[in-house]
Amino acid sequence: MREPKAMLMDANQMNRALSRIAHEIIEKNKGTEGVALVGIRRRGIPLAERLAAKLKEFEGKEVPVGTLDITLYRDDLTELSAVPQVHRSEVKFKLPGTVVILVDDVLYTGRTVRAALDALLDIGRPASIQLAVLIDRGHRELPIRADYVGKNVPTSHREVVEVHVSEIDGDDSVAVYDL
Amino acid sequence: MAGLKRKDILGLREMSTEEIDLILDTADALKDIATRPIKKLPTLRGKAFVTLFYENSTRTAKSFELAGKYLSADAINISISSSSVQKGETLKDTARNLEAMGIDAVVMRHPMGGAPHFLAKHLRASVINAGDGMHEHPTQGLLDMLTIRQRKGGFKGLKVAIIGDIFHSRVARSNVFGLAKYGAEVWVAGPSTLLPAGFEELGVKVTTRVEEALEGADVVNVLRLQLERQEKALFPTVAEYSKFWGVGPERLKLAKPDHVLMHPGPMNRGVEISTSAADGEQSVILEQVTNGVAVRMALLYLLLGGGDAA
Repeated sequence: MREPKAMLMDANQMNRALSRIAHEIIEKNKGTEGVALVGIRRRGIPLAERLAAKLKEFEGKEVPVGTLDITLYRDDLTELSAVPQVHRSEVKFKLPGTVVILVDDVLYTGRTVRAALDALLDIGRPASIQLAVLIDRGHRELPIRADYVGKNVPTSHREVVEVHVSEIDGDDSVAVYDL
Repeated sequence: MAGLKRKDILGLREMSTEEIDLILDTADALKDIATRPIKKLPTLRGKAFVTLFYENSTRTAKSFELAGKYLSADAINISISSSSVQKGETLKDTARNLEAMGIDAVVMRHPMGGAPHFLAKHLRASVINAGDGMHEHPTQGLLDMLTIRQRKGGFKGLKVAIIGDIFHSRVARSNVFGLAKYGAEVWVAGPSTLLPAGFEELGVKVTTRVEEALEGADVVNVLRLQLERQEKALFPTVAEYSKFWGVGPERLKLAKPDHVLMHPGPMNRGVEISTSAADGEQSVILEQVTNGVAVRMALLYLLLGGGDAA
């Protein structure tokens, strides 16, 4: 077992961070009318579902949740020795007129978000797109920023930030490891 | 990380179930793209492939071309009637010239079994067999399997009846090789002159009575009667073929009520398949065509999507 260098969040802290993001979403968009969440595979999907549950709890209305697989939009496919598995993207609601909030676990170089923006815009033309991330670890390589951030964490390139969610990993936590 | 551990797609016989699962899973994920308003992904930008067809084809060649275009690969079509082959160029020279122009894959149909295998040995580019003689047609086999899997959830224990001209059919061979790996019960039925020897050794049940194959079938795959190959008079008349082996609503009552009816196309309506069956409720013939694009997108992605180290 690798030892984490530092624990950034436990389950309670993650839950509170998501609650705060949900409140910020409601504040910024003056409610949840016309708002939809789209989780970026993989760990963005359970996070989007949790945010949707909180939005419903706070505002009393269902918020649609979609999923996005960005594999086919990656800019590093020709640098990988084996191609990654492709999964289905499911956005069942109409994008025109909708404020889409992209949800991912960690914002780092910004390249995943760039791919997600392209993937989403190929499906349709939303009214606007906002970005929610649990962790922003800096080191952007593209001009992208998040609208909602669970926690800002200064990191080095020689570190990895790992988000665990119980739906996939069996526990809720965020930790930093050395590469 | 996924990815196929092979450069070429030559046949289903040599493929593992893991590889077939990966191709079908990928095709399932890609299927929606063909129904979207914007049917274009940047995935294979800068990749090029050629469809090199030594036999006529509309569906397969155009299906590959569209699959490539949806993924932003550039597709070039060469039909032999208008190419240097008419000037006496050999297959190897034609392909190596195309490779010298920088193409990443060759999709080939050829009247001789084994021609794509020959080409695969001489090219760095990937070779995809789009039908070689009476040997294999792997992309048709895969799209048939994808259609069956979507409708039936799997293959194990399914009774699959393949009806018609088995002898000349590369579609039948690819289906048999693929389905047998998953434990499907495959039957082939047709006139004895169109049933090749040795199919029993592949674990297939062979019969000249179409009713026996249809009895309780989950999947009925009707093959095209290859009228252009009938110069040897392997059956007396088309009318007689239709009477004894043609598939229509009456005979389909023998199959399970929820059977699916497939045909690789192009259909000879009123010969091997009746119009009411082809357009009936159980027909999945157009789904097969849609799945064909998805399977070919999956193969192009899996073969061309990675870097040089693949």
